[in-house]
Amino acid sequence: MSFYIELTYLLASILFVFGLKGLTRPESARRGMLLACAGMAAAIIGTLFAHEIVSYTWIIWGLVIGGVIGAVISIWMPMTAMPERTAFSHACGALAAALVGAGEYANYGGNMGVVKVSALGFEIMLGCLTFTGSMIAFGKLYGTLPGPPITFKGQNVFNMTLLAVMLGSFGYLVYDSYSAIAFYLMMGLAFVFGVLLVIPIGAADMPVVMSLMNSYAGLAAAATGFVLGNNILIIAGTLDGFSGFILSILMGKAMNRSMKSVLFGAFGSVKTASTSTAGGAMREVSLDDVAVQLAYAKQVVFVPGYGMATAQAQYACRELANLLESRGVTVKFGIHPVAGRMPGHMNVLLAEANVPYSLLYEMDQINPDLPQTDVAVVIGANDVVNPDARDNPGSPIAGMPIIEVDRAKSVVVLKRGKGKGFSGLENPLFFKPVTGMLYGDAKSSLTSLALAVQEV
Amino acid sequence: MEKLAFNPQVLMASLYVFALAAFLGYQIISRVPPLLHTPLMSATNALSAISVVGALVVAGRHNENPVSTWLGFAAVISASINVVGGFLITDRMLKMFKREIPADKGKKDKGNTK
Repeated sequence: MSFYIELTYLLASILFVFGLKGLTRPESARRGMLLACAGMAAAIIGTLFAHEIVSYTWIIWGLVIGGVIGAVISIWMPMTAMPERTAFSHACGALAAALVGAGEYANYGGNMGVVKVSALGFEIMLGCLTFTGSMIAFGKLYGTLPGPPITFKGQNVFNMTLLAVMLGSFGYLVYDSYSAIAFYLMMGLAFVFGVLLVIPIGAADMPVVMSLMNSYAGLAAAATGFVLGNNILIIAGTLDGFSGFILSILMGKAMNRSMKSVLFGAFGSVKTASTSTAGGAMREVSLDDVAVQLAYAKQVVFVPGYGMATAQAQYACRELANLLESRGVTVKFGIHPVAGRMPGHMNVLLAEANVPYSLLYEMDQINPDLPQTDVAVVIGANDVVNPDARDNPGSPIAGMPIIEVDRAKSVVVLKRGKGKGFSGLENPLFFKPVTGMLYGDAKSSLTSLALAVQEV
Repeated sequence: MEKLAFNPQVLMASLYVFALAAFLGYQIISRVPPLLHTPLMSATNALSAISVVGALVVAGRHNENPVSTWLGFAAVISASINVVGGFLITDRMLKMFKREIPADKGKKDKGNTK
């Protein structure tokens, strides 16, 4: 029997790989996911025939409860809540891996042998710290926890000590696999460590954290595969782990963070007070002026940021874009890799608002276009268009690649108020002569702009 | 108990699988465009919920320690949240990505209404 179960796992692995391959092109993505889903179904159904299983009561209840919760969340969740949902699902995935590991240890204890206990250690540590870390990220994204970094004196020393004790108990567990105290100490410390890992990271750095948690959750699942001697867990977990790892590197590059700070989160990279080169006054512009500018422009580039998500302004933005297009204006969207709170966040929101993806341009594609652009409209973005990153080597974000809206013929910045925004950094873009500031809620500003453009 | 004992061949085979999966994952995933990074994240999340197969066995087998069954049960719940939720939300997102058609339709709408 177990041979046939292995066959369903092999089938599932192949389908998973094809499924991910589908994601390399938007046209084939949905079909690919259908394949992956079929693979998952095959693996689950195959497992239900495993000879170890003696009772289906808990299994059925677990599948039903989990399935209903998963379905409810994903059907009724608004798209703007995507980062929170993703953080939550990292937490669930990691917790599942950790619980399987804990279940194995509770049943077999030290009889597992040194290799399996080592794998189990990785599984438990990664699973537990990803669970609490992701829950903290969820809290920050959902707004129940404060967004700015939470720091305290001696944080790094404290965290490092904790990490050392955790690794020490892991080492002892490998030495003496019967030591339940070492096991539970390691587990408890991993939970605490996950919290400490994420609280010093600001909300604006969330794309890196999300990718990192994605990676850890996958590696925890892969470690589960080593513990159970189950290849499909290793394959799927590794695919997830590497996907998260690649995204972490990409996000790190897009924020000019080193590999070290990506791998170890915010350790030692707590931002110091910003130096500012900005001076002068911001120029406020009127709605009607902007409407005229937009209406008679040849090319307009929209640069969205997290502010667009919080204001739910993607539909209003699409309306305005359509209106401009119908007047013969070339409209493009410039998307920075770390705009928003998770990789690809802006693309999903704009797709939701029916903006075709042929209008969505990556940073490297849009930058050469900007000098020929008549108006660049910045919607609730800040750091990703901050020219300090390019011009001021002393800036905390120096070296971070930006969308160079300041090279456009004119810039309009839609901003909620005159404050510094999420990152707390001064943005010299706002003080440049080409820049006009349009204060107010992004959604209502865009809606009024659309109305005003019709009047022109 | 022999199933649990250290078996270097099994470990080696597992390491091969790990290394090849890592290589394959790197090759495929580095070709996913940034456009689809959010769906990629939720899709790989759904895939890694494959730990549900481990959870099913822990929840359904005869455990010496009943705590194991409870842990397995909780693991089945959290993994199946990701299985069901992950695929549904990924599909919901991917449905929204369209190349051209909505833009044309949108333009027509605009032409009619305005």
